[in-house]
Amino acid sequence: MTSLHTKLWRDLNSLKGQVLTIALVVACGIASYVTMRSTWSSLYESKDTYFEKYRFADVFASLKRAPESLVPSVEAIPGVSRAYSRVVQMATVPIPELTEVARAYLVSLPANREPALNGVYLRSGRLPRLGTDTEAVVVESFAKAHGLMPGDSIPVVINGKLRDVRIVGVGLSPEYVFLGGMGDFVPDDKQIAALWIQRDVLAPAFEMAGAFNDLAIDLQPGADEKAVMRQLDLLLEPYGGLGAISRHKQISNFLLESELAGLDQNATVVPAIFLAVAAFLLNIVLSRLILLQRQQIAALKALGYSTLSVTFHYLQLAFVIVALGSILGLLLGAWLGGALTELYAGYFRFPTLVFRVSADVAFVGVGVSFLAAGVGAIASVLQVTRLSPAEAMRPAAPARYRRGLLDRLGIAWIFGVSSMMVMRELRRRPIRLALSSLGIAAAVGIMVVGRFGSDSMDNLIDVIFHKEQRGDLTVAFLQPQPIGAEHELEMLPGVLDAEGVRMVPVRFSSGPRWRESVVTGMPTPARLRGLIDRNGVEATLPTKGLAMSAKLAEILSVKVGDEVEAEVREGKRPRVTLPVATLIDDSFGLQAYMNIDDLHRRLGQELSISLVQLKVDPDGLDELRRRLKQMPAVAQVTIKSVVVERFKGQSAETMRIMTFLLSLFGAIIAIGVVYNNARVSLSMRARDLASLRVLGFSQREVSSILLGELAVQMIVGIPIGLVLGQYWCQALMNTNDPETYRFAVHVSTASYAFATVVAMGAAVVSALLVRRKLSRQDLIEVLKTRE
Amino acid sequence: MASLGKNVLTAKGVTKTYQMGDVEVRALQDVDAQLREREFLVLLGASGSGKSTLLNILGGLDSATSGQVHFRDTDLSYAGDSELTQYRRRHVGFVFQFYNLIPSLTAKENVALVTEIADDPLDPAEALELVGLGERVDHFPAQLSGGEQQRVAIARAVAKRPSILLCDEPTGALDFQTGLIVLQVIERINRELGAATAVITHNAPIAAMADRVITLSDGRVTTNVVNESRKAPEELSW
Repeated sequence: MTSLHTKLWRDLNSLKGQVLTIALVVACGIASYVTMRSTWSSLYESKDTYFEKYRFADVFASLKRAPESLVPSVEAIPGVSRAYSRVVQMATVPIPELTEVARAYLVSLPANREPALNGVYLRSGRLPRLGTDTEAVVVESFAKAHGLMPGDSIPVVINGKLRDVRIVGVGLSPEYVFLGGMGDFVPDDKQIAALWIQRDVLAPAFEMAGAFNDLAIDLQPGADEKAVMRQLDLLLEPYGGLGAISRHKQISNFLLESELAGLDQNATVVPAIFLAVAAFLLNIVLSRLILLQRQQIAALKALGYSTLSVTFHYLQLAFVIVALGSILGLLLGAWLGGALTELYAGYFRFPTLVFRVSADVAFVGVGVSFLAAGVGAIASVLQVTRLSPAEAMRPAAPARYRRGLLDRLGIAWIFGVSSMMVMRELRRRPIRLALSSLGIAAAVGIMVVGRFGSDSMDNLIDVIFHKEQRGDLTVAFLQPQPIGAEHELEMLPGVLDAEGVRMVPVRFSSGPRWRESVVTGMPTPARLRGLIDRNGVEATLPTKGLAMSAKLAEILSVKVGDEVEAEVREGKRPRVTLPVATLIDDSFGLQAYMNIDDLHRRLGQELSISLVQLKVDPDGLDELRRRLKQMPAVAQVTIKSVVVERFKGQSAETMRIMTFLLSLFGAIIAIGVVYNNARVSLSMRARDLASLRVLGFSQREVSSILLGELAVQMIVGIPIGLVLGQYWCQALMNTNDPETYRFAVHVSTASYAFATVVAMGAAVVSALLVRRKLSRQDLIEVLKTRE
Repeated sequence: MASLGKNVLTAKGVTKTYQMGDVEVRALQDVDAQLREREFLVLLGASGSGKSTLLNILGGLDSATSGQVHFRDTDLSYAGDSELTQYRRRHVGFVFQFYNLIPSLTAKENVALVTEIADDPLDPAEALELVGLGERVDHFPAQLSGGEQQRVAIARAVAKRPSILLCDEPTGALDFQTGLIVLQVIERINRELGAATAVITHNAPIAAMADRVITLSDGRVTTNVVNESRKAPEELSW
């Protein structure tokens, strides 16, 4: 070790507090990068390999029924490489231990061969064979939730007939990476299954022998996806085509890709914030150190050390800090990334999802940190090392202070000399004040973002489960039922109120623009169903015409008073023209609502309902659930409180971890900024402050001058941070597909208060540490030091 | 008088102006000066007379605004940063009024700073022995008296076996007794190692120990006198 290295270690040792606080900020930057980028690439690679190996289709289309002979026509569409026809149906699984029936996607498998597209990965067992029993491969999540193994049997109601289905294998498929029911916010593994059954068994059960109702399509490289989908829609139109969707919009993949896109963006933005703060802190700390060591630098140069080696000596100091931060950050990142990947593995099911920190992620994380530190450090280092040794040997010229506005107005005396010292110091270094305040703002902003998840969840629950769905329980039918079904349910014991609505899948079009949607027909006014806009305000449903999502109107380019084409996607598939009566600036989906009578009149149909909302007496709930399970027309019973609990239960853990981590990160930034600023101010003004002490100022008065600067930084930084937090939340929200989610950013007062209090707490802790340092200073020593 | 050789350092028509805040300071005007092999030179002048500026230029710590500076046959007048660095590293030993030790390094480590980058250095312990500090090698500057710190600085300056030893007010911050010890050490180095030595001082009696005395005033050389004989430091008083 050379003497310069010895000096480096001793300098680092004397700057322990600053070294540690800055290393922690760097560690947060690297950890957040490694966590998110590695998780992203682990998920991304798993997805890519999986989709490739198990031939995930490019385009999907559901239809009512088409003869198998249509397949060659599909394959004749330019750009189509392969069309794989299937039978896909919904069924109920009345497992005795469950109070509600579970639902299952039944997916056909070809006889004696692998499916051409959307292959099944077998975790255990084998593919079904033709025989006396109905054999099936069950999706792994459902098997795990119920402890099912090959050899077990489950009851499945297939097209109204109860069958005993024998499990012969447990598997996964790229089309069910995320497996949830329609409208489920969080999947319940116990309630939703996918079963793969031989087509020769499944097709006859649904009168689909020699026919299909689902297509998976593989495109040729470079094919025009939109053109293929347009032609496919035209071709399938006479067969009850429900509109082709691309792989991107396939529900499981859509959720996976949205999540990946969010991670991708955060993996860049979040670390950038930390590294910018770290660069700034290194800059102020090194600037001060170098100013203090001005004469040492001159001596080193006089002794024959080159500018380069002196510059490198001080850069090394920054690099040691970054190296320390890197080690901490990589370890923390690897650990957090493992945990995050495990969390994702609970939502997205892959045959294998292995978290690993790749060398290039680690390299980029550490490399960028060194770069940021270098940028932060180099300017301050060059400032002094550039000087000729003779000039560096002379003390720096005294700082220039100027009289401010208050002096000129002649009212400065009101604030006293101490306040004037604080104000002139801040005025002299406006950029440092601005950057320090921005650092504090970043800390506050990060904490606001940390709490945003919980706030959004609370807001979502409030909007969906309290304002929109006012019943306690929702009963969905397999097929639309006559209005009499509503009265039937109302008569059941424990039911206090019942209100049916009709859901009609439609394709809206206006000129060349079109979108798939669902028209919800409901009574006006509805008792158990509300229409809520983004601000939580209830909208009124007109008695005539459509109320539609403002976003849908925007996409279709229609306004109130215009008419839209609606092509019904079920039954006889009538086409009707509907007037747009009002727009709702709502939070998610592309929705449409109509008065239920108006809807049926325009469709030319008898009044019917697809689902019923019930208000029930809590005491009668168990009995009611038993009765509902026995009703064959019922497809699904959803108990609001159970959904809310599950929703909270599954999200709460994630949110708690997220809030904790981001608050910790925020606090680290706040401490890093405040502590380092205070230490630098203390060292820069040690002589001033010691002089004041000698003049008879008390410890307290002297501290107030030093800490006054910090207080001003906090006062400027915190409000900016609250606004910045709101802005970041909005940016996070914008990563969502606007056709899916458009929630207004709602940050609770409690969250703003939390971020403010934690930042202030961090400031107080830092201030106390520095105050202790101040009180330990030897006045005489300080005054004796030549500066 | 010691037998003196050729010029080691030659300054011709050196002028230096620099900006100090809003004021332009003319520190040196058309100065000629020489330092010969093995010579002990004293640069005498009041505060602000330009003697430190001259020493800095001779030592390659600063460059002249105009004029020429030669080290033996090498022209330093237009030397860049790296050439001046090499010049200081190989040939020049500095002693400053305020010692300029690195406070975080011990006496021995401060000397090692130089021996690590020099071509044929003394051993740090040997250099400290030479200034009479063999016992205090592991002390930090803060644990040493002013005179001891200055002697560490001298050990650091001579450890590279410099051709030239430049001392800027080496006794300026010291009391008489301590200053005397420091001067004895410098004199001994000049005698034993044969380094051409220039000492700046505002303290006229010190001039008596020199081979030659150059007096500066207002940035100009006013006298350049060769002493008949050199006095030993202990014969001085001020």
